[in-house]
Amino acid sequence: MTAIPSTPGRPALDLRRKPMRHLGEKAIELSLIACATVSLITTLAIVFVLFEETLSFFEEVTLRQFFLETNWQPLFKPVTYGIWELVAGTVNVVFWSLVFALPVGLAAAIYLSEYAHPNTRKLLKPLLEALAGVPTVVYAYFALTVVTQDILRPLLGDEISFFNSLGASLMMAVMILPTIASISEDAMANVPRDLREAAYALGATRMEVALRVVLPAALSGVVASVLLAIARVVGETMIVAIAAGSTPNLTLSPLESIQTMTGYMLQVGLGDAARGTIDYQSIFAVGAMLFMMTLLLNVGAQIVVNRFREAYE
Amino acid sequence: MLRAPDNVQTLTEERLTTEYLPAAERVARLDGKAIIEVRNFSSYYGSFRALHDVSFQIPERKITALIGPSGCGKSTLLRCINRMNDLVPSFHGEGEMLYHGLDLYAKDVDPVEVRRRIGMVFQKPNPFPKSIYENIAFGPRVNGMKVNMAELVESSLRRAALWDDVKDKLKQSGLALSGGQQQRLCIARALATQPEIILMDEPCSALDPIATLKIEDLMRELAKDYTIVIVTHNMQQAARVADYTAFLMMRPDRAGELVEFSDTDSLFTTPKDKRTEDYITGRFG
Amino acid sequence: MALHSDYLTPSSPTTLRATGSVARRQAVSRLSRYVLLAATLSGVAVLVYLGYETIAKGWDRLSWGFLTSYPSRFAERAGLRSSILGSAWILGTTVILAIPIAIGTAVWIEEFAPRNKLLTIVKLNLANLAGVPSIIYGILGLAVFVRLMGLGPSILAGALTLTLMILPMTVIASQEAIRQVPPSIREGALALGATRWQTVRHHVIPGAMPGIMTGMILAVSRAAGETAALIMIGAFTFISFDNTGLSPTDSPPFVTPPPLGDDFTTVPVQIYNWTIRPQEAFRENAAAAIIVLMVAILSLNLVAAVIRERFRRHD
Repeated sequence: MTAIPSTPGRPALDLRRKPMRHLGEKAIELSLIACATVSLITTLAIVFVLFEETLSFFEEVTLRQFFLETNWQPLFKPVTYGIWELVAGTVNVVFWSLVFALPVGLAAAIYLSEYAHPNTRKLLKPLLEALAGVPTVVYAYFALTVVTQDILRPLLGDEISFFNSLGASLMMAVMILPTIASISEDAMANVPRDLREAAYALGATRMEVALRVVLPAALSGVVASVLLAIARVVGETMIVAIAAGSTPNLTLSPLESIQTMTGYMLQVGLGDAARGTIDYQSIFAVGAMLFMMTLLLNVGAQIVVNRFREAYE
Repeated sequence: MLRAPDNVQTLTEERLTTEYLPAAERVARLDGKAIIEVRNFSSYYGSFRALHDVSFQIPERKITALIGPSGCGKSTLLRCINRMNDLVPSFHGEGEMLYHGLDLYAKDVDPVEVRRRIGMVFQKPNPFPKSIYENIAFGPRVNGMKVNMAELVESSLRRAALWDDVKDKLKQSGLALSGGQQQRLCIARALATQPEIILMDEPCSALDPIATLKIEDLMRELAKDYTIVIVTHNMQQAARVADYTAFLMMRPDRAGELVEFSDTDSLFTTPKDKRTEDYITGRFG
Repeated sequence: MALHSDYLTPSSPTTLRATGSVARRQAVSRLSRYVLLAATLSGVAVLVYLGYETIAKGWDRLSWGFLTSYPSRFAERAGLRSSILGSAWILGTTVILAIPIAIGTAVWIEEFAPRNKLLTIVKLNLANLAGVPSIIYGILGLAVFVRLMGLGPSILAGALTLTLMILPMTVIASQEAIRQVPPSIREGALALGATRWQTVRHHVIPGAMPGIMTGMILAVSRAAGETAALIMIGAFTFISFDNTGLSPTDSPPFVTPPPLGDDFTTVPVQIYNWTIRPQEAFRENAAAAIIVLMVAILSLNLVAAVIRERFRRHD
């Protein structure tokens, strides 16, 4: 019994659910679930779109050609669709940007975590994070005009082509500096004090403690930061599209003009490839490759963080 | 060889050999109106039993105190009365808890309806970060009460003995009040939905002694029109304020059970159960 | 009193000053401090230098005329008018679309969702979406909004794409903000007989609003600089009309009211367009446009920082 009618001196008592209010609540809950499904649908849509167009692409181009040929030449005869030149372009900028960003980023992380006064750290960390907030098209402008035009060319003359990977990589290094520095610094900050104190007590200098105790202990965080930084570089479009060139080139040289996967996708997007054409489909085929690479990198970073988290909890 | 001192041995023996009185003798039946009747009520979080087979009655328009050492389940029991424990996903209750004869734990009971009629005041005062007026108006509004809001706000604040303090600053934030005033604001807020029962979970433990006495006076005043159930870890407070008292303890399996229930005077002067006596005389807890 | 130790040779002084190899190691450590500090500041220094060069190049080009002219083949006459309007329209539409979905998703995750497998999937999915490159969102928008739904290279298509792109970060920021609301507030509301939605609507969301707004503003500043995704959508780079609804529109089969159905360009896309032109004069335009864009983005970040400080909990 959950309801009793009124009696003299007491109004009716009904503890049952009020249907109108309940319906209202349920309707709200449904719309909230709908909001949440937007994100799920987005992923499904991405996968579906990539899959569908890639499938069409591979009706024209054989898997063999895609994965076993090195030349990517969709516009001139002989037309080939070997993916490796584009992948090489991406790897090229990843490599060179890491060459600059990794040591500098780690140095910054060590400084902020082991050397800096807390007030200095409070000031510098946001400053560093600001680097990540600069729009990539601005970095692209920098790479082309200031870096290549005003610095690299005067320095290296004709050794370096106008479009080159070095300028782009330098700018990308600046862009990913906060990623490496910030996440590594967080990892280092999480290393328990006792470890440091034990080393200091044995007579180690600050630098030695940083390099030999803290850094190894924070390694999983550092690795994760590098993976995330690589993912950012791999997915970056504007800097490479503007400054690195649009000539697919199987090289690791920083001085030559190259094209990355993202650069190619943008190039086709600028044209007006009609639906159903091989050019249109190639955007998605390359995009699928790109998507998988960044997914693996991001998931990899998560795994690294989770796997080694227990060590110091 | 070490031997335990004599009196410790005796105590342990006593404990082991004492047979607890049957429930009927430890739990008093009320002659007057009982607004809540708890019958063989147990509560669980998942498979962990938090309350073991509690049975007693709560008298109407009186102050009933739930006392006992920490972990004995008194707060859990209190929150069962207004279905607040439902917020914990693994919670479920067994047995009956009758409110005017209606089982609060029947299948089609809406906890939201229950909470309108059974209000609650919490240990740490938790006024909303809004104006005093809005704090009080919130309850009636969400419950769709068609009333003259200004009048209801005033009468609620009067009943909570707060009107004179705040009558010219109703638009001020509730958080600008002192601790004791905030708690009275929370009481006024609970009164605004016109409940029959007000549950108070250690309402004074975060307050200073003067504020505490004010709240205790308020409780006695409110008991003329409302049923009050209060959880307190302070025995003296129970003795001062409550008409009836229930004493709970944690069992070896960590569930809480009702040890004894009767009018406060009897419980404190002539407890029937040894455990009650031990607690009251300070042997533990 | 002589100290007896295996490490002290008869000739070494019994002092505590660093000597020999210890002194060397200490010197390295101390020197390192400055090297490391230099490294830390290097990124910022590079940015400052590049920024300075750019401002120097573009400063003279800035004028009211620059802001109000359409793009042109002649660099001196080209301006940001259509891009500024395009940016404004697309960002405004994005915000209107993104706010309810982001808040709704975050509220569902934090307040309503049963703790089950579906919830884990949603949260994992959001984290993954946050790491998807923006150009992928671009081709998603191209395939679904522009082609499949027939919206064409319009402001609406661009806004929908940007909404999806900023959704993960805004949801996560909103979740954080919602979690900051103390549980005691919720308890108080529920104890008064409020339903879950009433509690959320009247107490949780208002309490989380500063954090939600901060997250949204930061996301908008990110979207303001987005280029690749919009180029893939088809943001034209030579728009010589205003998106005010009074100009000719390419009405796709799906009839969208102007200006949402308009072709458009944005400030970053215009920067791209001018940067790749060979003429130096266009580079100056690009530099000036960069100044405009950075001022806008920095202002947004400043507003977000102010809101965050203003409402920071002092408990």
